[in-house]
Amino acid sequence: MRLGLVWVMVFSISLSLHTQTRAILQAENVSVQYGSVPAIQDINLDIPKNRVTAFIGPSGSGKSTLLRCFNRMNDTIPGARLLGRLTFEGVDLYGRNVDPVQVRRRIGMVFQRPNPLPKSVYENIAFGARINGYPGDMDELVERILRRAALWDEVKDKLWQSGLSLSGGQQQRLCIARILAIEPKVILLDEPCSALDPVSTLRIEDLLIELKQQYTIVIVTHNMQQAMRVSDWTAFFNAEVDAHDHRKNRLVEFAPTKVLFSTPKERATQDYISGRFG
Amino acid sequence: MTTIQESLGSSPEVNLERKKSSSKNLFGILMTGLTAVFTLFILVPLFALVFDVARQGLPRLGLQSFTQLPPPPGLTEGCFGNAIVGTLIVLAVAAAFAVPIGVLAAIYLNEFGKGSKIAYWVRFGANVLTGVPAIIAGLFAYTVVVLAMGRFSAFSGGVALAVVMLPIVMRTTEEGLLIVPQEVRQGSLAVGATKFQTISRIVVPAALPTIATAVTLGLARAAGEAAPLLFTALNNNFWSTDLFRPIATLPVLIYFFSIIPYRAQQEIAWAAALVLLGLVLIVSVIARVVTAKRRF
Repeated sequence: MRLGLVWVMVFSISLSLHTQTRAILQAENVSVQYGSVPAIQDINLDIPKNRVTAFIGPSGSGKSTLLRCFNRMNDTIPGARLLGRLTFEGVDLYGRNVDPVQVRRRIGMVFQRPNPLPKSVYENIAFGARINGYPGDMDELVERILRRAALWDEVKDKLWQSGLSLSGGQQQRLCIARILAIEPKVILLDEPCSALDPVSTLRIEDLLIELKQQYTIVIVTHNMQQAMRVSDWTAFFNAEVDAHDHRKNRLVEFAPTKVLFSTPKERATQDYISGRFG
Repeated sequence: MTTIQESLGSSPEVNLERKKSSSKNLFGILMTGLTAVFTLFILVPLFALVFDVARQGLPRLGLQSFTQLPPPPGLTEGCFGNAIVGTLIVLAVAAAFAVPIGVLAAIYLNEFGKGSKIAYWVRFGANVLTGVPAIIAGLFAYTVVVLAMGRFSAFSGGVALAVVMLPIVMRTTEEGLLIVPQEVRQGSLAVGATKFQTISRIVVPAALPTIATAVTLGLARAAGEAAPLLFTALNNNFWSTDLFRPIATLPVLIYFFSIIPYRAQQEIAWAAALVLLGLVLIVSVIARVVTAKRRF
């Protein structure tokens, strides 16, 4: 009886998530190779719009690789090659005439280590807006964006100091703010809190939850609690070794976060989320 | 068999005092002393040189050094104002060639051609160029510019010095670009900057202190060269700012005046050496001051 109730709940949650949203990013049979080394294989995944999607899985399971494909950051790595099809709002991201710069203007990225530009706090925000031809009042934009990123009160007296003079957590929020300034559709975050303390981590998580009203967020994380706290959907990636001793990274399971963490379908997912490996 | 614990001493009490007489500590003291002595050895020639040049050059130095023409042999009145102006002009010509070429080549090597065959050979060429004697740079400018134009000129001297400067500017700039973290480039690309915007607005400004150092190093090296100027810029006993005429420069003036047997001329050579040292020093200090504020 109780079990039946849980199933109904789970079903209704997943149903509601399915019906309310449509995919903004879609991966069809995506494989990535670095030189001749395969990094991920045959990924099929729909990232729902205006939701937070978390990628979890052990190190080296290809989460970051897939994330970096969405805004073509892998283009900057020599020898990286993508097979399959990756679309954004139905448009092939790797189409013949696609300019990676145009992709990145719509799909921003925050990196593992905070990487403010070696410029002032103000310029860190203004840079992206300026190169994207923002026509409005720059001072107003900088203040609005910093308020949006819950950073204004902390940095309003330091606007002309180097972005590198801020604390690690502030730097990372500055990096998120810098992305907000270009008004993207999607924000990709590659383990944004792995170099931060718990308090800074919570602040960033609060920020992400607030931002998802307006943006689609994809976050790679090693922290399963973080995935549970911030995400609506979770994808579990795993590094598997097949019978011929070949490593194979694949997407094991993709489900609403509550479903994945309460009733995972796959054995590997169950083992990973219960802390048996990884 | 003794354990490490036993070798520390038989006493049950914990003794953490420094044992001055132990062989490890004595050896440490000895080596510290040796390194200090050899450090002094490095400083001695530098200070001796600066001191000697100052001692011999100061008596002749004065306001007239910067305004008067060198005296003909036998006369004593005069100085080397024209050579100071000449050195600055020739260096400006050299920088006008070497800085853009060197900086742009370094940008190519580090931002575009990384790991490519061209980059390898360009870097190899620059290394060879660093080792080429300066007089060969002069010969090059003599063949390419002086013979083509049919006369000695400040311009050809600048070209010769540019060859001397070029590898220094390029390699030092390259090192400056190399220490700009890769994450910074990615951060810029991730907000939708093009490669050109990333390089021109983020990477090069971040590397500016090192680029300034590169230019200073190159200028300092070129400022002291006499050999490449002997058969390019030649010399001039009169005021000249004409790029296409022979021009006096400090190193060449020092060279000529130090080998002629007149007391006045030799004193002028010492004073010129002092001015040359000061010039290099001032350029270095300015470059440091201008760029010291910017850090990663």
